[in-house]
Amino acid sequence: MTAYVLQRLIQSVLVLLAVSVVVFFAVYGIGDPIELLVSPQVSDAERQALIRRLGLDLPVWLQYLTFMGNAVKGDLGSSFVHGVPALQLILARLPATFELVLLAMTLALTAGIPLGLMVGLNPDSRRARIVMAGTVLGFSLPSFWKGMMLILLFAVLLGWLPTAGRGETASLLGLKTSLLTLDGLKHIALPALNLAIPNLALIVRLVAAGTAETMTQDYVKYARAKGVRPRRIVNRHVLRNILIPVVTVVGVEFGSLVAFSTITETVFAWPGMGKLLIDSVYQLDRPVVVAYVLLATLLFVTVNFLVDVLYAALDPRVKLAGEQA
Amino acid sequence: MRQPALITILLGASLLSAPAMAQTLRIALASEPTAVDPHYHDLTPNNALAMHIFDGLVLQDEKQALKPGLAASWENDGKNRWTFKLRQGVTFTNGKPFTAEDVVFTFCRTLKNETKVSGSFADITGNFASVETPDAHTLVINTTEPEPLLPTLLSGLPILTASIVEHGPISYDVAKNCGVTGPWPTVNNFNDGTAAIGTGPYKLKSYVRGSAIELERNPSYWGPAEPWANVRFLPVTNAGPRLAGLLAGDYDVIENPAARDLARLKGDKRFGHVITPSTRVIYFQLDVARDESPFVKAPDGKNPLKDVRVRKAMSLAIDRDAIVKRIMDGAAEPAYQYLPTGMSGTLANPPKLAYDPAAAKKLLAEAGYPNGFQLTLSSTNDRYINDSQITQAVAQYLTQIGIKTEVDAMTRAIYFPRRAKKEFSVALGGWGSGTGEAASFLRQWPPTPNEAKTLGGSNYGGYKNEEFDKVIRAAVTTLDDKKRAELLQRAMTLVLADGAFIPLHFESGIWAFKSELAVAGRADQYMLAMSVKPAK
Amino acid sequence: MSLDLPRPDLPRRDLPRLAGPAQADTPLREKVLARLRNRPTTRGAVILLGIMVALALLAPVIAPQNPHDLGALSVMDNRLAPGEQGMAGFTYWLGSDAQGRDMFSAILYGLRTSLLVGLASTIGALSIGILAGLTAAQFGGAVDAVIMRVVDFMLGFPSILVALVLLASIGRGVDKVILAIVLVQWAQYARLMRAAALVERRKEYIEAAVNFGLPTRHIMLAHLLPNSVGAVLVVASISIASAITLEATLSFLGVGVPVTQPSLGLLIANGFEFLLSGEYWIAVFPGIALVLLIMSLNLVGDRLRRSFNVRA
Repeated sequence: MTAYVLQRLIQSVLVLLAVSVVVFFAVYGIGDPIELLVSPQVSDAERQALIRRLGLDLPVWLQYLTFMGNAVKGDLGSSFVHGVPALQLILARLPATFELVLLAMTLALTAGIPLGLMVGLNPDSRRARIVMAGTVLGFSLPSFWKGMMLILLFAVLLGWLPTAGRGETASLLGLKTSLLTLDGLKHIALPALNLAIPNLALIVRLVAAGTAETMTQDYVKYARAKGVRPRRIVNRHVLRNILIPVVTVVGVEFGSLVAFSTITETVFAWPGMGKLLIDSVYQLDRPVVVAYVLLATLLFVTVNFLVDVLYAALDPRVKLAGEQA
Repeated sequence: MRQPALITILLGASLLSAPAMAQTLRIALASEPTAVDPHYHDLTPNNALAMHIFDGLVLQDEKQALKPGLAASWENDGKNRWTFKLRQGVTFTNGKPFTAEDVVFTFCRTLKNETKVSGSFADITGNFASVETPDAHTLVINTTEPEPLLPTLLSGLPILTASIVEHGPISYDVAKNCGVTGPWPTVNNFNDGTAAIGTGPYKLKSYVRGSAIELERNPSYWGPAEPWANVRFLPVTNAGPRLAGLLAGDYDVIENPAARDLARLKGDKRFGHVITPSTRVIYFQLDVARDESPFVKAPDGKNPLKDVRVRKAMSLAIDRDAIVKRIMDGAAEPAYQYLPTGMSGTLANPPKLAYDPAAAKKLLAEAGYPNGFQLTLSSTNDRYINDSQITQAVAQYLTQIGIKTEVDAMTRAIYFPRRAKKEFSVALGGWGSGTGEAASFLRQWPPTPNEAKTLGGSNYGGYKNEEFDKVIRAAVTTLDDKKRAELLQRAMTLVLADGAFIPLHFESGIWAFKSELAVAGRADQYMLAMSVKPAK
Repeated sequence: MSLDLPRPDLPRRDLPRLAGPAQADTPLREKVLARLRNRPTTRGAVILLGIMVALALLAPVIAPQNPHDLGALSVMDNRLAPGEQGMAGFTYWLGSDAQGRDMFSAILYGLRTSLLVGLASTIGALSIGILAGLTAAQFGGAVDAVIMRVVDFMLGFPSILVALVLLASIGRGVDKVILAIVLVQWAQYARLMRAAALVERRKEYIEAAVNFGLPTRHIMLAHLLPNSVGAVLVVASISIASAITLEATLSFLGVGVPVTQPSLGLLIANGFEFLLSGEYWIAVFPGIALVLLIMSLNLVGDRLRRSFNVRA
């Protein structure tokens, strides 16, 4: 067991290292940030001074080593553009993204579970077919176009909701949130809906399949034969059975949306982390991009690591395979 | 939790100061300042924010004409000595009186600014041989090189108070740290408000990156009091949402709505807008030096852009009026020189760059390219208003006279580094004149580069005209305004004649607002709360 | 890892199928009826897909204007509403965009670009993925470990970020977009191929072949590949849709195909800024074409996938 944990730990660290190398050099490869930072009319001396201060005069591998040296000490560098620590910049955007994803997932779950149950209990009904066709549509709509159409419909034609941006926020436990003001809710509605739709489709499909499968199990058939009311069967047996896959998928989706909901945030000008990432790529703000991707990778690697270790603890076969390798 | 109480106090205060309008002015910005520190980065939104909190010795009005700021008057001895008489009775928002010492401290800080990105102020103050303060309200500057534009340059330099650092007697002696004993202020000291202390019409209340900048009226301001007790700037980078927010009543003023969306405002009595031509010229820079240019393919294997007739033909092929009307929706002025007519150093009657495809074809044939050649125009797609659309329209026009033209539009992150490496043959450019006179463009783009790159720093196309070089070198050191203007006009004529820079149009700034307000549009495209007054 | 965009993970994740009709204990009559009811959607999707492919192939013949030829466009005819006539008397049935491109022609050509990108990148990714997966399964050990770590690594990055950064450094172009999509998509095929090949490898006939002393390459290519590639190919049919979505999204973000040769995605992106001023047709019509294309691909792919699962 210890050997397996150690092996996975080393693998995780290697992944982080590889990610840092790739991202660092990839952003370096796009172009020289100095051309974006400094106006052409600035004298050469001034320009050189900035290049030196940002460490851009060093060979790129040395820049990388410097970065890694600081990163080990917990310093991921400062934004070229804003001059503040990249970490601070990223964390400041976290609440906006978090509340957006939270609302989107809540929407997807509250609509997705009943719809999925409906389909799963009566897979051949007309309604079920319509819902299932709808899920294919839900997967097929490209996020950016769907966002534009939501804006066109609800903001431009109907004028019910604002086109973009984050509205008024209220403080809750020191964090600013849009969920407590009417204006905030109006602003968050469309982007949340945009994020929710594909996840809704996914949850409907998961729940429908799980339900249909459970309904054919012997113990359910027995319960039905015994005359247990359908509602009770659903609550007692079906829901319990589909819970695990739904929770797993929702968890994974939640994580990746928090880290990379870039398109929705771009279309709706939502001041979250995904937008920061895109903006930073376009501004060649390398410290922010690298810190961002490293943080996201760290998050995923940690989760994967924990999951794998848990699996290993629960399932002796995995452990064996790990020790063999 | 303390907020309601604060609001009550502010409301109470505002009731006392008469006008019964909404006391908070809400402005949606097209781009957000990157810091409150006025010396941090020379960017339009940063400079505009700084003008609320700080004053320069000299100020620029809407048309970029100079007017007295913290200096009541100034004079030059015809050489390198400038004397500024400072305004009396001005106090900073921390109660400290404004004196010459603060100005010297500010000059020093531009040279002792560790956290800046690129202020460009060090280039101004670096030219100071000495700065003396005969008394608390007189400042004498001796420059190393003659600098005719010193008052203009100083108009962009916001004055700080020396009281934000520990210091002994302040003097302009950089080697001795100017008399400062404590640490120099950093960008964070300004962002958190501790060092953001100025003499401007407003003072900083809060700065939250990405969501809002809040200002409140400076009760001790030396000029006439502003009508707004509070100003809130909200960054809304997409044009559509900015306009939608105005329509929905979320904002009182927005800057730069898309011109095509103005139709929604017209005929709506609740809103007004102003369109003000700016000094930003949009142009193409041609690779006129290399025998082989990366994005040109001619039948004879040469670089046709070296031939002035080809360049003339390209300019003749472009219908500037159509671009202004169809792509810019009227919110631009066709450009026949590099700065709008009327500004210092410009031609009073520049020859119109007419649309004449027949003449263009004839010129091409004369130059030996009756069947044209292949060309790729390079442009940004996220820097200037409609940049990639403009480039495509020009490509259409060039294709119509036989030059088979492609377009490579890319984000600025890729474009600017590549352009600096001279990877393009025909590159879109945009240049606003911060100084409001023609030398700004003429010294930066067309001259043969000098060693310090203070001239011709952006001459990526390798343009070279010795006569022009002579004229521009003379112009930038000529202190006499009239003489300098004449030299600049000559320089302008010479560059125009060679066609290595094809001007297209001047961008316009647009401001849209509630009809209870009146907004004075600015040629420098700054969004200032001071430009907004209640409509009469 | 997924994203809020394409759904690159759609095929990868083991999407549960509708279990009802296929259950063993459902009466046969029921099963057949369900199949029949199922058919119209699939058939509709196949027909739709066929029409769209035909339109794309025939675009140069059908399109009234060549939208890639700047000389054929006139900026004076820009942003005309659907049905309006231009200066030269040409009717723009679906309107025109900011450059005066006929939207109908632009959509036909855009369809062409989108399909080309989808097909070429899927074929490219498939080839690399199959080769890598097969190699990993065949040789196992260190080779397997190295290949699979690279695969994990690739799948760990959000595809949009990889493609965005890559395209930002190499510039615009149809070929470059294809390259970027191949780079982000090959790994999922490698993983699938490896899994399928591992299952196959345990079967007796392969063991027999090994014992028989057949050369490794022969076993890989003549036995392992044809018998395990089915599942991968089925998934690939859905992946064409996600490749097309990815291209559209990249074009929306300002990297991707050249502005003078717009794909469906770029047409939509260009139309974004005209939504508020009421010129909806620039974004809406190409969007409908894109959605129909992706949806018919998804439906056909989904159907194929289910059929295979039933048979397996």
